Amino acid sequence: MGNRFRGSMLALSLVASLPMFATSALALDKLSVMSFGGAYQEAQRKAVFETYASSMGIKIDEQEYGGEIAKIKAMIESGNTTVDVVDVDAPTLLQGCDEGIFEKIDWSAIGPKEDWIAGTTSECGVGTIVYATTLAYDGAKLPDGPKTIKDLFDTKKFPGKRGLWKNPATNLEFALLADGVPADKVYETLSTPAGVDRAFAKLDTIKDSIVWWEAGAQAPQLLASGEVVMTTAWNGRIYNANKESKDFRIVWDNQILDSNYWVIPKGAKNPAGSLAFIKYAVEPKVLAGIIKYIPYGPVRKSSAQFVAPEDAKNLPTSPQNLTVSLTLDNAFWADNGDEIRKRFTTWLAK
Amino acid sequence: MTAVDIDRINIFMAVRRAARPARRSAFSLALPLLAFLAVAFVAPILYLLVTAVANPETREVLPRTLVALQDWDGKSAPDERVYAALAEDLKVAKDNSTAALLGKRLNYEISGMRSRVLAAARMVEKSDGGPYKEKFVQLGQEWASPETWAVIRRDGASFTPYYLLTALDLRQAPDGSIERVHGDQAIFLDVLGRTLFVAGLVTLFTLLLGYPVAYVLTIAPKAIAGIMMLMVLLPLWTSLLVRTTAWVVLLQSDGIINDILLGLHLTSEKLQLIFTRFGTVTAMTHIQLPFTILPIYSVMRAIPATQLRAARSLGAGPSSAFWRVYAPQTLPGVVAGCLMTFILSLGYYITPALVGGPRDQMVSNFISVYINRDLNWGLAASLGVVLLVVTLAIYLLFLRLVGADKIKLG
Repeated sequence: MGNRFRGSMLALSLVASLPMFATSALALDKLSVMSFGGAYQEAQRKAVFETYASSMGIKIDEQEYGGEIAKIKAMIESGNTTVDVVDVDAPTLLQGCDEGIFEKIDWSAIGPKEDWIAGTTSECGVGTIVYATTLAYDGAKLPDGPKTIKDLFDTKKFPGKRGLWKNPATNLEFALLADGVPADKVYETLSTPAGVDRAFAKLDTIKDSIVWWEAGAQAPQLLASGEVVMTTAWNGRIYNANKESKDFRIVWDNQILDSNYWVIPKGAKNPAGSLAFIKYAVEPKVLAGIIKYIPYGPVRKSSAQFVAPEDAKNLPTSPQNLTVSLTLDNAFWADNGDEIRKRFTTWLAK
Repeated sequence: MTAVDIDRINIFMAVRRAARPARRSAFSLALPLLAFLAVAFVAPILYLLVTAVANPETREVLPRTLVALQDWDGKSAPDERVYAALAEDLKVAKDNSTAALLGKRLNYEISGMRSRVLAAARMVEKSDGGPYKEKFVQLGQEWASPETWAVIRRDGASFTPYYLLTALDLRQAPDGSIERVHGDQAIFLDVLGRTLFVAGLVTLFTLLLGYPVAYVLTIAPKAIAGIMMLMVLLPLWTSLLVRTTAWVVLLQSDGIINDILLGLHLTSEKLQLIFTRFGTVTAMTHIQLPFTILPIYSVMRAIPATQLRAARSLGAGPSSAFWRVYAPQTLPGVVAGCLMTFILSLGYYITPALVGGPRDQMVSNFISVYINRDLNWGLAASLGVVLLVVTLAIYLLFLRLVGADKIKLG
């Protein structure tokens, strides 16, 4: 963009970046890595950051964020990129790559792309984990719980409230899947106005029974408090709740898969160091190491041999769980998200 | 003018001159604050106003195309010259990775343009030259549609009403006329109305609950008044997030309120309290109470208690003495307290997000989504402008209705 546009951006980004000036220090024995916090970053800390520090002698300076791309954009526009590597979700990867917010990845320095599960490589990002949005319920309260995604919409068989993510993405897909659309036809159907109508009509059938959640941690909380009888949730969150002696169970049928990526924000001070870190973080053994702490599947096929069988059963990508699944089409949402989200909002308010 | 008059004026001027250094030093003491306000308040608002109408994308990415479009008739697909210019622009855009910015901007008005622009940029990069018209149309019939081109031509302007119109649920038709958006795309007027309604309800409840408290505070013995004041102020010193989370704990289905109601057999089943308008207004009323009470209290304290006694001794009944002598004098505090609560409530974000349901989300929640997730800062800024204008309008309305001297904000 031209200078005038950039100049007018300066006011806001300047304010946004003020606290960062104080902490930024350029040193090659240190790398600043930003991820999503919580149990996920804790797993990364134990499996990646700490082992990297001890084997390479490079200290990882951790940052946390909530996935807001605006934060990265403001940092870059202030001309002082203080973070070397960021963990982003797929929509952010797409948007940031489109808009030139992330550096291009030199894949020859990372590894053979063919080793990655289809759709988890990009010119700006290196896939790191695969997670799933699944249906989950409390086995203690519902011993004979839902078996398929159709049960989410069956309020006769399973009366009570249902938790859903307050976002049209995943919900419209679940609605069509439950309505009998095969997984490989879901986005084709959603691309037509009639298909969107069909998805909303299906959601209409349970609208009064829906409790909406926004942050990932809310889904297991809703189950634990008994607010809902079942909820869609990110599989890692359910697994973690079970570590606190819950008996939450996951319905793997028609799970929706999505992935996270390592990216290098534009203007990072030490691109070679960033790339070296990413190369290490996605080494098959390191990826498999994360699974000891959180069940987010490795994106590299060669990681499978390092995964213990008792851990494999919790992974979305394990063969026994991967019977019927859909991979979230982030390009579809980038194109149509604006319009569908508005419709979703008016639908919510009706 | 008589000599006496001139003398008077001279004396007046002399006094003013004598006081000038003092005024100047007072002003210079305020300079740091004024500079701070300029940076932290005036500049962001100006930036907000500019962002709401800024429209640099198309103009900067498609300069040649816009020139070529100048003599397009607007009725059918443009001729090869325009397509060739577009191809050249996209080639440059591909090199500067600005094609996606253009795609995103056009996608606001025509769904699917994002990937169409990106696909076109890829096609141009690989192609070995013209003629381009056929190649573009092969990618998608939309490239031959006059509507697509009308939008591109319109977006070539330096400033756009698009974001502001969208914030008011309006759109510009391809022929340039302004119309309402389709029903299932119309969200913002509804959200704005809801924001005003919730803020109004909260203001009303804080007044109904707070006015008697303020009165009791003024007449209670010092020791008791001190404890009561502490109870009013304590929530004010607690973090907003903490108080909101406390309400989540209280209101949830297995929460304390439901347990008590069930235990007392007042209800037979759990009430849905959280994720409702009721929960939102309750929590916001609790949080806003001190802001309404304190201005009322400060005005009430200045009203001599003897006046009520005088009114009684002159024959007014207790309620007549209160409403005709006391209450009118508290009006400046009431207006100030209500105004403060109402305006603060307009900007609420965390409480509706955590305690409210999807039907309780206010304008700020949408602004945050457009800033953080969609990076649609133009629309976020426009929603901010609409909120700012509405707030100012309400403030001015209050001033007209009750008079500036009747509002005691301090």
